[in-house]
Amino acid sequence: MLNVSDLACSRGERRLFANVGFSLAPGEWLHVQGENGAGKTSLMRLLVGLSPADAGTILWRNEPTPSAEFRRDMIYLGHHAAVKEDLTPLENLRLAAALDGIELDEHASMAALIRLGLRGREELPVRVLSAGQKRRVLLARLLTRPAVLWVLDEAFNALDVSAVKLLGELIGEHLAVGGMAVLTSHQPLPVPGGKALML
Amino acid sequence: MNSFLATVRRDLLLAMRRKSEVLTAVFFFVIVTSLFPLGIGPEPALLRKIAPGILWVAALLATLLGLPRLFAADHVDGTLEQMALSPSPLGLLVAGKILAHWLLCGLPLVLLAPVLGVQFDLDASALGILMLALLLGTPLLSLIGAIGAALTLGVRGGGVLLALLVLPLYIPALIFGAGAVEAHIAGLGAGGHLSLLAAMLALAVFFAPWATTAALRVALE
Amino acid sequence: MRQSIIQWFKFGSPQSFYPLAGRMIPWFWAAAIAFGIAGLWISFFVAPTDAQQGEGYRIIFVHVPASWMSMFLYLIMAFWAGLGLALNTRVSGMMAQAIAPTGALMALLSLWTGALWGKPMWGAWWVWDARLTSELILFFLYLGFMALQAAIDDPRRADKAGAILALVGVVNIPIIYFSVKWWNTLHQGSTINMNKAPSMAHTMLWGMLLMALCFWMYSIAVALTRVRAIILERERHTEWVKHAVA
Repeated sequence: MLNVSDLACSRGERRLFANVGFSLAPGEWLHVQGENGAGKTSLMRLLVGLSPADAGTILWRNEPTPSAEFRRDMIYLGHHAAVKEDLTPLENLRLAAALDGIELDEHASMAALIRLGLRGREELPVRVLSAGQKRRVLLARLLTRPAVLWVLDEAFNALDVSAVKLLGELIGEHLAVGGMAVLTSHQPLPVPGGKALML
Repeated sequence: MNSFLATVRRDLLLAMRRKSEVLTAVFFFVIVTSLFPLGIGPEPALLRKIAPGILWVAALLATLLGLPRLFAADHVDGTLEQMALSPSPLGLLVAGKILAHWLLCGLPLVLLAPVLGVQFDLDASALGILMLALLLGTPLLSLIGAIGAALTLGVRGGGVLLALLVLPLYIPALIFGAGAVEAHIAGLGAGGHLSLLAAMLALAVFFAPWATTAALRVALE
Repeated sequence: MRQSIIQWFKFGSPQSFYPLAGRMIPWFWAAAIAFGIAGLWISFFVAPTDAQQGEGYRIIFVHVPASWMSMFLYLIMAFWAGLGLALNTRVSGMMAQAIAPTGALMALLSLWTGALWGKPMWGAWWVWDARLTSELILFFLYLGFMALQAAIDDPRRADKAGAILALVGVVNIPIIYFSVKWWNTLHQGSTINMNKAPSMAHTMLWGMLLMALCFWMYSIAVALTRVRAIILERERHTEWVKHAVA
């Protein structure tokens, strides 16, 4: 499904990595590892199509990315909060879905927020939430946005023990139904199996 | 199309939570236009003559004031990145943001212009033409301005640079917008000016969101 | 076909372009000097004194070619910029960046000589003539392009952002020109018009053409010199530059 070959990337004058390749089939996930500055985030941004690669190809369902199909099938959560501080978690979730062209009813959004332990916070502005709770608002999108490929950059940062466990469960459930995931992290991840890529 | 309307709704909702930012540009417009009679003198004939130009230049600057914020907040908190990766076409979302910007920064100027025009001793029919010209011209300003805002996104000294990039491109809108009112006052009829403004607006509606989208993708790299 | 075009531009990599440009520069300088001498000789010694404007009119031999060049150079700059955007070739962006200062210089020269001409002709350093006004706006467009490129640190992003701006400018220049022209006729009627210089003698036309050729050659020589400097600066970490400079 996802085939990456000979990917190369440089930042300014420095070559970050070259000849990176991997492939993922349904139910598989990839753990991208590397030191600070090794280019993990750059690889993620190349993969999702935010920045162009110096060389190499990325194929999704045998089509070069970024295709419309790839955009529909993929969700990327990066370093940024990617939530609006002035809106409530509920509004954030529903507007983000509407922007993606998805009709999301209040019931489904509430269910996602409750699953992420934000019960009782859904009508507060995100501004007053803690860093970990903001992160949970973002992660709720994993439940409301149907996607086959999850690309999560340092998704476990700023999460407490229970949230780390919860995200591990979510990824596990996603893989169990034939989903795929690409994750970066320094720490060992609470997800069994998985391929590893060292940058 | 739904995602287009959703973007408009989202930006309007965000603006409602931060009303002061919207009102700043409107107050700026009011204050700047009110300064000119104080600086030049209250002679009605002279004021009538300079009114179209002054109201238009003030509208130009007021629009410019709100432009740096068009994409900056979404860029900083990462929601712009999410838009760029959304299954909806980015051009559609960008068009929605531009429409919301016009509703917040352009439309209030159109509605306020007659009140300010009275300060300059314009008669009712001239005020009507002024509103019509602004109604066609301010969306044009938002559309062209969006290109500049996208190009200067996250760039050092972005605000001043934005003015340098965008103001020369605003000149045709200024000429035909102010010209419409002047021609009407001179008894020449404003039809030609207004149709040219409409033609430029039609061109910009197709071209500007596309150029803005390209510039945003470059800025996000 | 498309593939071969791309190959051709890939071949025009900074490394192969650098020595090529170096070999071409002296020839363009020589041509610029030759055309310049011929053009100046015609404009000062051959062209007749104008009956109405006296000797002062001779400034058009610099003014008109400079105005032409300022417009041509914007088009060429936009062409290179667009090429760089479409084919993602590196030299294209550098060429656009190298042309901009020369274009701005030509626009400034045109404004300056226009003012010098205006003083004896119309008794004012500046009149809101349609052509002078358009030239001023063109000068602003050049300044905007250079300021945008200078403000962005990453050269690749600077090239792309500059390219989009240059293309937007190209679409706008005709609109700006015609709007300024219309504005001018509405406000000034037919009082002043630089356009209608008294019927142009053949020798005058020759002088202007030769001077225009001189400016062309000069612009190419200077742009190539500048692009060589840009190549060295951007590729300074590569092996071949270390060899070339050492």
